[in-house]
Amino acid sequence: MLPPAAIACEVREGRQCVRLSGHWTLAALPPSLAALEARLCELAATPVDWDLSGVARLDSAGALLLWRAWGRRWPEVVAVPEAHCLVLMRAESVPPPLPPVAGRRPPLLVAGRAALIVGSHLRDLVALAGQLLLDLVWLFANPRQLPLREFSATLYKSGARALPVTALVGFLIGVVVSYLSSLQLKLFGAEVFIVNILGMSIIRELGPVLVAVLVAGRSGSAMTAQIGVMRVTEEIDALATMGVSRSLRLVLPKVAALALAMPLLVVWCSAAGIVGGLVAANLQLDLSWGFFIETLPRVVPLPNLWIGLAKGLVFGLLIGLVACHFGLRVKPNTESLSTMTTSSVVSSITIVILADAVFAILTRNVGLPL
Amino acid sequence: MSAAPRPPEAERFPSPAEVAGGQPAAAPPVVDIRGVWTCFGGTVVHQDLDLVVRRGELLGLVGSSGSGKTTLLREVVGLLRPSRGEVRLFGLPILDADPDARREVRRRFGVLFQHGALFSALPVFDNIAFPLRELKRLDEAMIRDLVLMKMAMVELGPEMAGLMPAELSGGMVKRVALARALALEPELLVLDEPTAGLDPDRSENFVKLIRTLQRELDFTVIMVTHDLATLAGLASRVAALSDGRVVANGTLEEVMAVDHPFTRSFFASLRQPALCGSRR
Ligand SMILES: Nc1ncnc2c1ncn2[C@@H]1O[C@H](COP(=O)(O)OP(=O)(O)OP(=O)(O)O)[C@@H](O)[C@H]1O
Ligand SMILES: [Mg+2]
Repeated sequence: MLPPAAIACEVREGRQCVRLSGHWTLAALPPSLAALEARLCELAATPVDWDLSGVARLDSAGALLLWRAWGRRWPEVVAVPEAHCLVLMRAESVPPPLPPVAGRRPPLLVAGRAALIVGSHLRDLVALAGQLLLDLVWLFANPRQLPLREFSATLYKSGARALPVTALVGFLIGVVVSYLSSLQLKLFGAEVFIVNILGMSIIRELGPVLVAVLVAGRSGSAMTAQIGVMRVTEEIDALATMGVSRSLRLVLPKVAALALAMPLLVVWCSAAGIVGGLVAANLQLDLSWGFFIETLPRVVPLPNLWIGLAKGLVFGLLIGLVACHFGLRVKPNTESLSTMTTSSVVSSITIVILADAVFAILTRNVGLPL
Repeated sequence: MSAAPRPPEAERFPSPAEVAGGQPAAAPPVVDIRGVWTCFGGTVVHQDLDLVVRRGELLGLVGSSGSGKTTLLREVVGLLRPSRGEVRLFGLPILDADPDARREVRRRFGVLFQHGALFSALPVFDNIAFPLRELKRLDEAMIRDLVLMKMAMVELGPEMAGLMPAELSGGMVKRVALARALALEPELLVLDEPTAGLDPDRSENFVKLIRTLQRELDFTVIMVTHDLATLAGLASRVAALSDGRVVANGTLEEVMAVDHPFTRSFFASLRQPALCGSRR
């Protein structure tokens, strides 16, 4: 057991003297240093001699404790064994704390900074999209460099593996929409219009948006995290030194695969939604299956399907682009990785909804039944 | 070292262990590795390895790349359970002790990982302050002074305090990691290649720093190194690891004299008189 820190006051040759002894180390000092520090400060307030010759061990914490009690300067008379001189000199060379710079940023500055950040994101996004276009043009000249392996891997991971969850979600949403609508339609005796409502809403609107949200959460976050970790571990730099273009090898296959997989997923999810709606309508309204299938193509014109597919394509491009963009902006630390992954998902869902609104305006006269 | 007789009127400030009613015990070896086997799948890294490190020793662990030095250190600090055998730290089986005892033991050693293992999301200052804050005994002003002191010890100026780990050079990462390992004034310092990536001047300063600190605080060091100058300057004992066993164990001269293929090739450069002369 270490002999603990001890302080003794005595009078030597007519002068007040403070004798320290024991272990003045972080491990041996008392759990709460406040009492000890207060006592030392109290002793140092009057001019006394200090005798450290009884101190067995003095570590940085002990030395700092003394040094701070002494007011960051040597006392007039002090006896220090040679072994403890160095550590006290190290404490001496610690610069005194600077007064904290008080300051709150004016709100205008905060707003301006936020606007600049948004601007830089937009600029980088446009630059990334432009780079992808250039890569595509270059690939036409050099088709052997086509990153097919990465493309098919992403297609499988983001497309094929997403089939079960998109089908489940689509089916359930179809059931819910159908059930709620049929309750209302019953009031007016307009049961047959359930086909119109389900067909239009799911094929044109719900299918694409649902898939986009699912894919942004599933694949967008994974892409951001993957590229981000490659930034953290300098793998992207390693690729660059091997002459591999990161946009060609990492970004393009992901964006292209999502652009292909999303329309297919949209068809799949919409189909599941229609089936779900059909089941619910059959149970709730006693609508026959044959009637439903027969009526659907009449009341939902074909252009609605094209709109749904086009939305899938555009949403896929946007999600892939946003995910890769945020991945490439990850700074080499874990905190930035998590922030960017969150931002990636939130931004891609927001952008998808914005794009959906634009679609709604542009196609307001297309595909409506006469 | 015997403490000077204390006058009766001395005010005593009991240590945490004393408050907790800790029992003084006959000092066991700091690290006690007994019959350790380590297997990863089919590969056997250690076979029946024994190694004892006593208080105050500076053990240099040498071995060819991939001979299991880092793995051994991971077992010593309780990050990895050996496949067979036992590792005791301060006399405690670190993996099987109860959680409180384990936490207590973990405070008593500092580790410098081979690749630094700094917290990438925290700046240099907070990396070093982290173990100090975890203690929950020190106020912020004290922590600041302690951190700046540790940084000065590893030759990092206060202006480096705000840098992020990604903005540091390889050698600076090593020095920050060393400062973090030293933060709690540990009784045992576990260093995995502390001087790899440092220039010769800094390596020499590192050797000096550890020696001074060791003299002041009397801690124990286990250090893996490939650097003969560090080994010659610091290690009070050298253990050579080869084929999963300790093939040589003793002072540098004794280990150099051991006739084993590994020691022969490892110390070949030291044995050549011309090179030896130029190094001195
Ligand atoms: N988690 C693990 N899984 C499988 N094998 C491992 C694992 N960790 C280490 N090994 C193997 O154990 C052996 C020893 O590795 P270790 O990292 O201890 O080597 P080392 O002596 O520290 O080498 P170096 O000097 O290069 O750092 C190696 O063959 C390595 O492949
Ligand atoms: Mg190693």
